[in-house]
Amino acid sequence: MNETLSSVPIRKEWDIVGARQTGRNWAKDLGFGSVDQARIATAISELARNIYLYAKVGEINFERLDSVPSIGLKITARDQGPGIKEVSKVMKDGYSTSGGLGAGLPGVKRLMDEFDIESTDAGTVVTVIKWTRI
Amino acid sequence: MSMKAQLINNKQEILEQWLEEVENKELMHYSKTISEDLIGRTNNELIDTIFIALENETGANDELQQFAEKIVNLGWPIGYITEGMQVFRSVSIKTILEKNSDANKDYFLNVMDEVNQIVDPIKTYLINQYSTNWDNIVSLQKLALEELSAPLIPVMDDITVMPLVGTIDTDRAKLIMENLLSGIVKHRTDVVLIDITGVPVVDTMVAHHIIQAAEAVRLLGATCILVGIRPEIAQTIVNLGIDLSNFPTKSSLSKGFQTALQMTDKHIISSNKDGQNLEQIMEAIEKE
Repeated sequence: MNETLSSVPIRKEWDIVGARQTGRNWAKDLGFGSVDQARIATAISELARNIYLYAKVGEINFERLDSVPSIGLKITARDQGPGIKEVSKVMKDGYSTSGGLGAGLPGVKRLMDEFDIESTDAGTVVTVIKWTRI
Repeated sequence: MSMKAQLINNKQEILEQWLEEVENKELMHYSKTISEDLIGRTNNELIDTIFIALENETGANDELQQFAEKIVNLGWPIGYITEGMQVFRSVSIKTILEKNSDANKDYFLNVMDEVNQIVDPIKTYLINQYSTNWDNIVSLQKLALEELSAPLIPVMDDITVMPLVGTIDTDRAKLIMENLLSGIVKHRTDVVLIDITGVPVVDTMVAHHIIQAAEAVRLLGATCILVGIRPEIAQTIVNLGIDLSNFPTKSSLSKGFQTALQMTDKHIISSNKDGQNLEQIMEAIEKE
């Protein structure tokens, strides 16, 4: 059973802070430990920053996944930006078009349990899930 | 008789009608915890202020400004003002039309027009004042935040500490870099300790800025030690695959300070044999 928790629009740089604060609070509510909270907040920070840097506008969605035996927090980052041309390259460490570290998306994949990316020239949707530990 | 004069003449009636009709919908939607007593008093004040503005030929900018400031300080939404003014508009139109029973369509349109001309300037002024007040608060807080942004503290000759607290955005990262580099030159620092205990999230951007700052510090001939790395931050840095091996990192400011002392060939020598002073100094730093 999925339950949508909330949605945070990303338009300004400070919205990134708002998004990860929201994510951290949901993570706390769902019973994640402090290390997982930090992982989730960091992953949201990366996803939201990607939206802010490359698509300018987008949103971060939070969903609760009720499954047995653990609970999941599903985070969807959605934008209508230009899309990522070479998804396989972006997923390699050290690849960056902005002069950054190039650890963003591969890092997010390692921070979370499940990772999925779909990108076309009409926009990008990144879906990640973190499960609570039993 | 002008519309304005009619409104003023019927002040009591409009006032009662207004107080009856204003439901404070916006306020109710916004918060249920505001006491009715306070709402009642503020409603009275709003309608009084509107009439002062009507009766005063030169307008009543001071009163309007004070009222807008009060609403901002109460933290009430701007919808409270707009709703109040809309109710005032409709009550005014109704009252005038009731007093002139022979009203035809033209007269009705005329009343609408003139009442709008009377009410709109007051409404616009109130809203402008509200947003100006709000903007003031925001810019003051931004200034206050900037002052806290990137302090550089010379602890002793050659050793400087920069404690970072809070979120690091692009603007702040620039400020940190500038303060760091100019401070190193000014204080002739050999070792600078960047303390990130108070940084809630270290993502690739923050790490990137720290790496760049450390590299710039190295170019100036000084050494940068990153301290205050909490266990969960260490784990996320590893997960992200960020390489921080180009400069020393320590878990706490006190450990970093000891390393800095070694690097600058300094010792803290205790004046009494128990070595209590050293412990006290270390304890004091630990608390930072």
